[in-house]
Amino acid sequence: MDENRIGIVRAIQGGLPLTKTPFAEIAEKAGVAEDDLLRRIRAWKDDGTIRRFGAILRHREAGYSVNAMGVWNVPPERIEDFAREAASCEAVSHCYQRPRFAGFPYNLYTMIHGKSREECELAARDISGRTGITDYELLFTTEEFKKSPPVYFAEETE
Amino acid sequence: MDDLDRRLLNIIQSDFPIVSRPYAALGEALGVSEDEAFARTKKLVESGVIRRIGPAFDTRKLGHSSVLVAAKVPTDRLAEVAEIVSSFPQVTHNYGRDHEYNLWFTLICRDESEIESLVSRIRTETGVSDMHILPAERLFKLRVEFEF
Repeated sequence: MDENRIGIVRAIQGGLPLTKTPFAEIAEKAGVAEDDLLRRIRAWKDDGTIRRFGAILRHREAGYSVNAMGVWNVPPERIEDFAREAASCEAVSHCYQRPRFAGFPYNLYTMIHGKSREECELAARDISGRTGITDYELLFTTEEFKKSPPVYFAEETE
Repeated sequence: MDDLDRRLLNIIQSDFPIVSRPYAALGEALGVSEDEAFARTKKLVESGVIRRIGPAFDTRKLGHSSVLVAAKVPTDRLAEVAEIVSSFPQVTHNYGRDHEYNLWFTLICRDESEIESLVSRIRTETGVSDMHILPAERLFKLRVEFEF
């Protein structure tokens, strides 16, 4: 990626300023013309470099106060089916396959959101019932220590 | 939060207008003025409903790698260790969870080779050795929007 584009990523990754002409400010920060910036962002949306451009909400304030990481032990031949069922569940925002490790036999990860602990448990029981995968655990969030936008092309300070 | 707020949120979560005057475009879509669309958005940011407005980049398409890390931390050291972990700029999310693996964090690095060395540094600085690097082998779903 060329320096111009890296400059745009750096200027915009922390979010838009709260003004009526936010892109003009980002363009100035990145040292490009506003029109070029708008064109670049639209092109990135089209080719998937930007997955989504919009407001990111705080789940708690939006009424989704509880979240749990559901971890599932799914045999290799059942992964596709399981993922399809889990992904179709409204309460599930993320579904990933990850490696197992010693003492932790789970290979599928689902982020489950609900208005209460019971709602998350119910969603997990529903997924379990529909997939027949019964070896799972829910790891409820006890504390949010950090949640910040990712920093790409971080400028090294050391 | 009234009906207009909900309609506004449903639009701007996934489709913030990429134009010079985005709040004018939003106002048009909602049937209100630019001033009203801007004031409503500002209120939702200030009251904490909206965390920020901006792009969600595809990490891989920017040539970066991200992983989840699971750590087993002595319970009485959780807050202290979490603070050290959070202090690394590459760490984007860091959560305490009710499990023997009680600290889970994600980190983003410019290339894969950096991940191992970063996690070694975190192990050294925290004194916590039981840490597992868990890259996503497959992504089946990623959705962060909510229906109002």
